Amino acid sequence: MKSLAELSELRLKSRDKVNLREDKADTGSRRDVLICGGTGCLSSNSEKLKERLEAKVAELGLSDDINIIMTGCFGLCAEGPIVVVHPDGAMYSKVSLKDIEEIAEEHLKNGKVVESKLIGVDSESYDENCQKTEHTADFFSNQKRVALRNCGRINPENIEEYIAFDGYQALGKVLTEMTPEEVIQTVKDSGLRGRGGAGFPTGQKWSFAAASPGPVKYVACNADEGDPGAFMDRSILEGDPHSVIEAMAIAGYAIGANQGYIYVRAEYPTAVKRLNIAIEQANEYGLLGDNIFGTDFSFNVELRLGAGAFVCGEETALMNSIEGKRGEPRPRPPFPALKGIFDKPSMLNNVETYANICQIILKGADWFANMGTEKSKGTKVFAVGGKINNTGLVEIEMGTTLRDVIYNIGGGVPNGKKFKAAQTGGPSGGCIPASHIDTPMTYDDLSALGSMMGSGGLIVMDEDNCMVDIAKFFLEFTVDESCGKCPPCRIGTKRMLEILNKITRGSGELEDIDKLEVLAKNIKASALCGLGQTAPNPILSTLRYFRDEYIAHVVDKKCPAGVCKNLIQIKINPDICKSCGICSKVCPAGCITGEKKVPYQISQAECLKCGACIEKCPFKAIYKDV
Amino acid sequence: MSKQRKVTITDQERSKILEIIDKYRNDQGALIPTLHDVQEYFGYLPIEVQQIISDELNIPLAEIYGVVSFYAQFSTQPKGKYTISVCLGTACYVKGAGKILEKFESILGVNAGEVSEDGMFGIEACRCIGACGLAPVVNINGEVYGRLVQADVQGICDKYSSAE
Repeated sequence: MKSLAELSELRLKSRDKVNLREDKADTGSRRDVLICGGTGCLSSNSEKLKERLEAKVAELGLSDDINIIMTGCFGLCAEGPIVVVHPDGAMYSKVSLKDIEEIAEEHLKNGKVVESKLIGVDSESYDENCQKTEHTADFFSNQKRVALRNCGRINPENIEEYIAFDGYQALGKVLTEMTPEEVIQTVKDSGLRGRGGAGFPTGQKWSFAAASPGPVKYVACNADEGDPGAFMDRSILEGDPHSVIEAMAIAGYAIGANQGYIYVRAEYPTAVKRLNIAIEQANEYGLLGDNIFGTDFSFNVELRLGAGAFVCGEETALMNSIEGKRGEPRPRPPFPALKGIFDKPSMLNNVETYANICQIILKGADWFANMGTEKSKGTKVFAVGGKINNTGLVEIEMGTTLRDVIYNIGGGVPNGKKFKAAQTGGPSGGCIPASHIDTPMTYDDLSALGSMMGSGGLIVMDEDNCMVDIAKFFLEFTVDESCGKCPPCRIGTKRMLEILNKITRGSGELEDIDKLEVLAKNIKASALCGLGQTAPNPILSTLRYFRDEYIAHVVDKKCPAGVCKNLIQIKINPDICKSCGICSKVCPAGCITGEKKVPYQISQAECLKCGACIEKCPFKAIYKDV
Repeated sequence: MSKQRKVTITDQERSKILEIIDKYRNDQGALIPTLHDVQEYFGYLPIEVQQIISDELNIPLAEIYGVVSFYAQFSTQPKGKYTISVCLGTACYVKGAGKILEKFESILGVNAGEVSEDGMFGIEACRCIGACGLAPVVNINGEVYGRLVQADVQGICDKYSSAE
């Protein structure tokens, strides 16, 4: 790409190929069929859907009119695989191979939308009082898509589709019209804060790196999305990889770096594949490489694969890993802005942070700063999962309440169960109990509750989840992932886990709860890096809101949610039991005995509490006694 | 390290490993990409393979072993023909992934982190694979099974056993 004019020309030319997705004009029999190629839908066989549709379309003689595109994630993973037909905007959910043939014949050939497969037709919805509601939650219209703008809209493996939707315009604008200082000022004015966890102001980070002296600097992208339950970065990389690459080049120009590294998890093979394609295409089109847009700015991007270590999401550990070392964090100072990758000044941002940059450059800092709240600007993507109807990715304006996310967008808790808590921030975060459901989702409001924004994982829990067990789950994770460099994390998290194990086994004492609290506070204050400093959060936050549950485990030796196996008994109600014997057949321990016309009994000493009998009993006579 | 059997590397394997090392030899921070590619080719990273990389890249074996043992993705043991990775990410966990894991363990008689004696099945408790919409999920050699209940597990095991 020699000039901005050349890019604009290509944009106009490419625009024709994608206009069906934007304009709802009558385009005769031409249609764009978008099939979701995000990890969720790929797992439910969307690739086969594409093959089948291509064959069917050819058979119907429609190949000239129908353009079949595999896109990134639409966000509504629970309803996958998702297929969208434009210009009609018809969104089909849970599409089977049979359905896709019907869609081809009815919709693509005869022009009639297949109403029965449209999204939302058969989904159930509950309000906060567990009452079934008539309306289905509005998953899309309550969202504001900035970082996810191209996910589910373009073919991520085709750079021209990205260019058609203003791709690389921001880089062109920056290189030809703005000084590095102006770029940094714009990012500062936008109020953008890091989307990876701590929420550090992005513009400030850029200005530190820019101020660092040295001819060689590095820009890096943290795509080591390790929080269990968070998958927004993966979706952006899979659905819109160029938006990250373009933003990294802009960051390179702003701070004076010519080399970028994307550190991505090896567990995300689709993201890795699409990033490689995107980098190759950007080089081919001269949007990476030497003298971009005929200026004297050159920039290259390289991919580095993680190897399964959660701690590598921590900035300095990630830098060690890029260098080919064990991913152990480094003490700070020196800060990465002075001494980072290969001891050169370096700047690291998260995927979602980068995904906002190009829009900020094109639409202006004010546009961005007008969204959100005073201290939390813009939008945030949440990966909503767990006990919720509309599992998936949602992007909302900062300050939207948790209630809106769960009930208006997420469709509420399934099976008429009661909402108990939402966990945000993964192993570093905490939970928000039902009593705080009207909390606005901002950095500061979440911190005030003892949780955190984190990368945006949001796991919904209902009355069947035990909070002590959840704290234990996260502690098992951090114990496993602690790199071992500093003792508070290496030894301290292990001690906390031992106490939690003791409590869930039913041998806890009241003073264990106090010990746990003291230990948690000390680790928080003394660990070397973010992993250790935040590892006690799941415990502190469950203690803060669900102390009763801890006490029930310790004093009453009961698990109110019926999760902790040592504290429950599985029993058969003799009044309901019809002595059919199914339970004794499925029991893996062989501990259910009985005979005809006499209610069956479970020998508690041998019972594994697996619950297989509860699932199989046709009369619902077997229950957990908590 | 002491318990490992001696692994013999054929000339053909050696030359392929050298080829991979050459690809990254001049890059800064070449070790991890090299280990990834060598493991993909050889299946795992026994000490004999690490020794070749050490000699070629001029990095002490201790340092290479330190890196290999640090990262969960690198293995010094051969893997099963089918690796059953049960996702224990939060979304899967709250939807009962622990029970799915137990079911696989009891049917196959193998604990998480182990490989069956015939080398057919290995079970792993894996980190979130990001398919939270399908929770709970299991990934078997790249094929993903979602929305599982305990009753599905037997059928999945049978499918792979009968394929042999």
